[in-house]
Amino acid sequence: MSDQVDHSRRRLLTAATVGTGAIGAVFAAVPFLASWQPSARAKALGAPVEVDASKLEPGQMLKVAWRGQPVFVVRRSKEVIAQLGNHDALLADPASDDSEQPDYIKAKGAARAINPEYWVGLAVCTHLGCSPLGAFEANNQFQVAGTDLGSGWPGGFYCPCHGSKYDISGRVFKSMPAPKNLAIPSYTFSGDARITIGVDAAPQKT
Amino acid sequence: MLKRVVMMAAALLAAGTAGAQEAGGPQLLQAGNDITNIDSLQRGARNFMNLCSGCHSLQYLRYNRMAADLKISEADLKANLMFTSDKVFDTINSAMPADAESWFGKQPPDLSLIARSKGTDYVYSFLHGFYADKTRPWGVNNLYLPNASMPHVLLDRQGMQKPVYKSESEGGGATMELVGVEPMAPGALKPEEYDQFVRDIVNFLDYAGEPIKAKRESMGVFVTLFLLVFFVFAYLLKKEYWKDVH
Amino acid sequence: MAATPDTADPVKSTGLLGWIDQRFPLTKLWREQVSEYYAPKNFNFWYYFGSIALLVLVNQIVTGIFLTMNYKPSAAEAFSSVEYIMRDVDWGWLIRYMHSTGASAFFIVVYLHMFRALIYGSHRRPRELLWIFGCVIFVLLMAEAFMGYVLPWGNMSFWGAQVITSLFGSLPVIGGPLLEWIRGDFVIADATLNRFFALHVVALPFALVFLVAAHLMALHEVGSNNPDGIEIKKTKGADGHPLDGIPFHPYYTVKDIMGVAGFLLVFCGVIFFAPTFGGVFLEPANFEPANPLQTPPHIAPVWYFTPYYAMLRAVPSFAGTQIWGVLVMGAAIVVLFFLPWLDRSPVKSIRYRGPIFKVALAIFVVAFLVLGICGMKPPSGIYPMLAKWCTALYFAFFLLMPWYSRLDSTKPVPERVTGHA
Repeated sequence: MSDQVDHSRRRLLTAATVGTGAIGAVFAAVPFLASWQPSARAKALGAPVEVDASKLEPGQMLKVAWRGQPVFVVRRSKEVIAQLGNHDALLADPASDDSEQPDYIKAKGAARAINPEYWVGLAVCTHLGCSPLGAFEANNQFQVAGTDLGSGWPGGFYCPCHGSKYDISGRVFKSMPAPKNLAIPSYTFSGDARITIGVDAAPQKT
Repeated sequence: MLKRVVMMAAALLAAGTAGAQEAGGPQLLQAGNDITNIDSLQRGARNFMNLCSGCHSLQYLRYNRMAADLKISEADLKANLMFTSDKVFDTINSAMPADAESWFGKQPPDLSLIARSKGTDYVYSFLHGFYADKTRPWGVNNLYLPNASMPHVLLDRQGMQKPVYKSESEGGGATMELVGVEPMAPGALKPEEYDQFVRDIVNFLDYAGEPIKAKRESMGVFVTLFLLVFFVFAYLLKKEYWKDVH
Repeated sequence: MAATPDTADPVKSTGLLGWIDQRFPLTKLWREQVSEYYAPKNFNFWYYFGSIALLVLVNQIVTGIFLTMNYKPSAAEAFSSVEYIMRDVDWGWLIRYMHSTGASAFFIVVYLHMFRALIYGSHRRPRELLWIFGCVIFVLLMAEAFMGYVLPWGNMSFWGAQVITSLFGSLPVIGGPLLEWIRGDFVIADATLNRFFALHVVALPFALVFLVAAHLMALHEVGSNNPDGIEIKKTKGADGHPLDGIPFHPYYTVKDIMGVAGFLLVFCGVIFFAPTFGGVFLEPANFEPANPLQTPPHIAPVWYFTPYYAMLRAVPSFAGTQIWGVLVMGAAIVVLFFLPWLDRSPVKSIRYRGPIFKVALAIFVVAFLVLGICGMKPPSGIYPMLAKWCTALYFAFFLLMPWYSRLDSTKPVPERVTGHA
């Protein structure tokens, strides 16, 4: 064995080799991790969806699939829209501060819709991801326990899994398993009742 | 020892590439295309979409991928390259109805991988190989794919060609062997223009066969440089430690 | 276990390592297998391929796991799922090319690794079992590669599998039923693809990893051979370590890192600049989907099988059966297992062997390479004749070895290893 080992040179070269190797390992890991991103096909299937809601009568709703998730489109009558803000005290997040929606939806307050007549929202319960049901008949079985919502109460959404209840703007009531209001995707109107789900109204850069 | 390994590798390589070139038939023409030439790819895409995509799909290539790779804007894509009701993120399907088989005798094949399975030279040659043959349903046959069921779509550009035979008298009877083609009637394009026209299409099909190819090769340069640095460090480290060993 | 002064020391470690060492022999294993595993100091170029083979195995397992995340093992979807990986999955092309290039790299590295054993007598006593484990790994690797090649479900996958499985059909009496049993259908079909997938991704890798571990354990038990073919354990110093040995770590770890860097340069060069390697690593016909109605114009297995495929074709059928070719091909691999007992030379390394062995080895190498080329070519022209002669030479090398290896002259073997690279 040599008597004069240049330890500093050894340390330097070890650091250089290990450092380069570590950088290389990180670079090599990127493709593997990135391969879990949604693929081009998934993105194609997740592309915006167009819905024609013109055939909906007030009080009716339809469900469409967007990115594999159900989306509600509900038509609301003028009377329903008029009393949307009347029960804020019963709601967990009446102004949707903690909920997910585009800013232009949040700005609409209790209506949570670009056009209050058509409400669009993800039919995915914010509790554990079940799909809530719509229950829109006045005085239907959907009542919030111990509260008189009055005869004008328009109903809302009800999650069959754990009983979370939402109003007809998808806002969750207090003391429900679900913590947040139903999320609302970005969408835009291309006609009176033609809705494209998955894009913002703002001009898109390509 | 090292020399022997290098020689063995060279021998294997030579044998391998020779093995890959196995096929009968006439000598293929050289396509000489360049997948880094975006202008050529754009022309090829336009020509393909206008002349080929009516019958041939590219079922593994998406419109938006093509547009992004070939630097075509979405507006141009929609206006000039999309003729079906497809969406931009769809794959390129042909407009051919399902009963196409009854028109051509066989379904026009998907061309996504034609440049990989047959080679660019083959496609380039094939598009140069049509000649007049009255016995065929479309009046043309192909030097490189005998009894091809495809019509000569580029006829008015290339002009018609006629076959060249070599007569061979072997044994009793004389046989006519097809050895090539030569121009019969001129087309709208000069021969060099036609070559370039076909080269662009072949280039586009080469791209379609492996859209990542150009990026892969440019990426390879950086990977190689990085590994060279790593190798130098590793070599110096090894040298340093092995000073101990006498 | 040999109680050398160092390893006899109780492991003294503190902190987290100490906590682990009291419960799991981590430091002990590291010392026994790496930092105090004494390897001969005269390893040369040929000794890189063991560690590189290990790297390629890891590469195949990691890329393989990621490929299974998007691959669909069904006749209807397999081909397009591979194109989906190549185009739609982010970086899928790289993962796929790493796997396909890795397959060929594996065989290049393993063939060179085996050749190293042959020239330096690494298969000789006391390393016979080490060699046999290696041969089993080789056989499993061939099975693994064959089934893996079927998965892309290209036309060459289909017809290659059709031809190779048909070999089993040539067995007398049981051939037909056996063939149907292997395929699970009357031709190569969805069922075949599905079972090959299961074997390729679960069963065989499992067996391979196990055998590689056994191969390494056997190696570390007997100790590494070296280019001089002498046992370094015979000459130990006062500290109980072989005088001609050096600790694997750091000396061979830094050396192997350098070897790995060199290998990666070549490997990545192929991946990024020539992933099909001119149609040898990925064959053009395999970019066409499997078509049970149309055979490719020329069927050849991938390059690493061609020497054995050439032997198969070199033997004509007679007595109404073509089983002879299959037997010859099988024997060509089985004979490898007996190599430690066929070689009767008093010395191990080619450095101290006489001219007969050197000539025999040269002929063998040429015959093997020519067989590889014959297997790629269509069986016409001079190739069938060449294949016949080279098959004979291949077997002559092994079967005549007991005689010529004993007859051969030898040079005196030194007591200590000579020099180091």
